[in-house]
Amino acid sequence: MRSTEAILQTRRLVKVFGGLRAVDGVDFTLRRGELRCLIGPNGAGKSTFFRLLAGMLRPTSGSVRFKDMDLTRLHPHQIAKVGIGIKSQLPRVYDQMTVAENVWLSANFRHGGEAASAVVDRVLQETRLSDRRDTRAAHLAHGDRQWVEIGMVLAADPELILLDEPTAGMTRAEARRTADLVREINRRASLIVVEHDMDFVRELGAAVTVLHRGAVLAEGSIDEIRGNEAVRDVYLGKRHARR
Amino acid sequence: MPYLSRAGVVLTLAALPFVLSLFQVVQLTVFMIFSLLALSLDLIWGFGGILSFGQAAFFGVGGYAYGVVGINTGLSMLALAGAAIAAAVLAALLGYFTFYGRVSDMYFAVITLTVTLILHQVMGTTADPRYAIGAARLGGYNGMTNVPSLALELPGRPALVLEPVPLFYVVAAFLLCILALCHGLVRSPFGRVLAAIREDEGRTEMLGYDVRWRKLVTFVLSGAIAGLAGGLFAGWGNFINPQVFSLSQSALVVIWVMVGGRGTLHGAIVGALVVQHLTSYLGAASVSYTSVALGLILVAIVLLFPRGLVPAVLGALMRVLARPRPAVSESP
Repeated sequence: MRSTEAILQTRRLVKVFGGLRAVDGVDFTLRRGELRCLIGPNGAGKSTFFRLLAGMLRPTSGSVRFKDMDLTRLHPHQIAKVGIGIKSQLPRVYDQMTVAENVWLSANFRHGGEAASAVVDRVLQETRLSDRRDTRAAHLAHGDRQWVEIGMVLAADPELILLDEPTAGMTRAEARRTADLVREINRRASLIVVEHDMDFVRELGAAVTVLHRGAVLAEGSIDEIRGNEAVRDVYLGKRHARR
Repeated sequence: MPYLSRAGVVLTLAALPFVLSLFQVVQLTVFMIFSLLALSLDLIWGFGGILSFGQAAFFGVGGYAYGVVGINTGLSMLALAGAAIAAAVLAALLGYFTFYGRVSDMYFAVITLTVTLILHQVMGTTADPRYAIGAARLGGYNGMTNVPSLALELPGRPALVLEPVPLFYVVAAFLLCILALCHGLVRSPFGRVLAAIREDEGRTEMLGYDVRWRKLVTFVLSGAIAGLAGGLFAGWGNFINPQVFSLSQSALVVIWVMVGGRGTLHGAIVGALVVQHLTSYLGAASVSYTSVALGLILVAIVLLFPRGLVPAVLGALMRVLARPRPAVSESP
């Protein structure tokens, strides 16, 4: 499915908060069908960059293009409409509704009417939530809530999926299952995953972009990144030293 | 069970005029008109999650529109449609600028209250005869006093003015139909998305829904229902005056819904009926300081049943029904 066509592209993307250049001139390209991990030490600008991609923030300068659309001009509700699914860091689900209703709300927007309930069944199976479909989201464990939100993203059949730390708060086994699910999703959608957890990134086996002080420090496979001197200094190096 | 209780309500309403005195029938008619107004607030507040203090404004605008159209054309059914449309237009204007301007819910409540009080002031200054629309004089604080009664107007037949008992049935039919309509709406996909907006507006927007448009549609619908109630009210009493835009009237609508139980639809109706009956009882029983007594009772209700009377009563009923039966005989 991977092609040379860019599905998402940023040009000299800059976001300034007061005196801080949180994102400082990032050129980033994601090709259609690609799975990319975004890593970097705390304060590297990952979250800001993610929120710029998701249209939650307006850039100070530069552009974000999805296919041939300028995302920076879209309203939040239009981002989902053009085919981008977003999962923010903390699971944001409707606590007072059941698992099935949560997923239905997303499915109904894209598919509507009769088709929506079939999509709900499919997504619940995929995320292994079928047996908890009538449980209220408030009563779920943290990991399950993460999956409900992933299910909501899937139900909209997006072309591009942005995941912000999908394994935050998950156990090792849950994170492994999430990695399987992400690889499975990658068969039909392009993905950008922001992640702290290096084991998870390794399991995904995806290309990695390293951000540091709001700029791209390195790009490549996980092994190339591990071999990179500059990266080792700012990020991996410190971790290895600690081990 | 729901069918049974619905049939019970319809039969009870049909039987009431045979049991009650004419005065009580007339009084219950206006209480049902107020119930319709309470229902309009529960739609936007209970289900849309947006507190509107402007329902009294839509009610009043509906009343005035009914008067103006009714006096000029003599057609009460046209006037009733005019009442709903005029209120819907005001709701659309107000809702467009606030929802699309991303005014927060708190300021929305303040803005709607302000609009109501401005209307109160403005309509009060129309005493001069030159303030007239066609033949309809607005009449300042005295209001319009020659508003035509509701009548059945069929083409080719003389208009049939509704006597108190037929009027009672017409108002009851309006109330039940609109209650059914609201129930249908909140259970429809539109209503489920509305529930999602109430729970987390930003999240719902991220799913792709245009939240502003959905809030606007709900608000316009709510305004139209309040306007219809206002039209019925003006036709019921043959008058309308700026008192409908007063602060106490605006607050009363919110109290009805709070007492009955927000987010239940029929709770709003029960709330309006209970509070209005209480008010008229306290007035008739010549309790001194009627409003103080009423206030104390309302505070007590809100403290004892924070979710409202209807959810409290239904909850108690459910607990009684669900209580496990005593064990018959346990083997030793």
